[in-house]
Amino acid sequence: MNKDWPLWEVFIRAKNGLSHKHAGSLHAADAQMAIENARDVYCRRNEGVSIWVVESKYITASDPEDADALFEPAQDKIYRHPTFYNLPDEVKHI
Amino acid sequence: MTQQEALFQYLLRLGDNALILGQRLSEWCGHAPVLEQDIAITNLALDLIGQARNWLTLAGEVEGKGRNEDQLAYLRDARDFHNLLLVEQPNEDWAHTIVRQFLFDQFNYLLHNELQHSTDERVAAIAAKSLKEIKYHLKYSSEWMVRLGDGTEESHNRMQRALDALWRYSSEAFLTDEIDQLMAEAGIGPDLHKLEPLYHQYVAQVLDEATLQPPTDTYMQRGGKQGLHTEFLGYILAEMQFLQRAYPNMQW
Repeated sequence: MNKDWPLWEVFIRAKNGLSHKHAGSLHAADAQMAIENARDVYCRRNEGVSIWVVESKYITASDPEDADALFEPAQDKIYRHPTFYNLPDEVKHI
Repeated sequence: MTQQEALFQYLLRLGDNALILGQRLSEWCGHAPVLEQDIAITNLALDLIGQARNWLTLAGEVEGKGRNEDQLAYLRDARDFHNLLLVEQPNEDWAHTIVRQFLFDQFNYLLHNELQHSTDERVAAIAAKSLKEIKYHLKYSSEWMVRLGDGTEESHNRMQRALDALWRYSSEAFLTDEIDQLMAEAGIGPDLHKLEPLYHQYVAQVLDEATLQPPTDTYMQRGGKQGLHTEFLGYILAEMQFLQRAYPNMQW
């Protein structure tokens, strides 16, 4: 029997309207305990209004070895950034 | 006994329950079985010490002799503490800590649920604020009861041992005296006899789910509310009060 509790990844929504952001990871025996541990470990200082947890083993990560193929092709395609528009001064929050 | 004297004692009971259990739980700081529970249990401790501050500050005001929360916490002797015997019992292992917490939380929840409607607005306000924390404590300890009681053979046996050891302290809260009666008549506190069946109903439900058996034929201990404590309180106070006793009026 594995005596170590599984690892969980914790995502916290700071306030309504924002998306959940990865806050860190922790150990817990089950999902309910993971939520409560996350509450105690990551929300002690008013950090959040909602918590997601997922067992780390269910996260599939990209392979760092593939970084060239995955990310470099985007580097010379500056036209994909919306930097070629002239914005009127009245437009806020851009 | 005047109503003011009774209220003072009643507030000490509320404050001392929170203070002594908070102090007990803080002993886990740096020693809990895993990091996450180390943080969780010390969060509970901080909640309780925050509640104790509110109750003891109000107690000092009601007493009217100029004593503040610190003087009440750090300069009273064991005989003048009015917490339940349950909360001063030692941590032992995680099982004892959880069983003690669970037996107290359910009572504390029912009590504060009534106190939030107290005729004394100050009592009602502190109770309403504390109740949110206590709800979480009860959820936390109830889940651990089931998790460990209905867990492995080792965890089940430890939980049953803890329950056998602590059950004798589970009824003191409902044994009423003149102070409880005066407070109930004034509408400041609840009629504890009405809360008792609710308490046992919920406790039985969780114990059943946790596959734990409460012992039968246990002699129910009492005395903490009146200031007659088990040997353990003196040791808690020795540690908790050391600094103020050794260096009076020390601040940092």
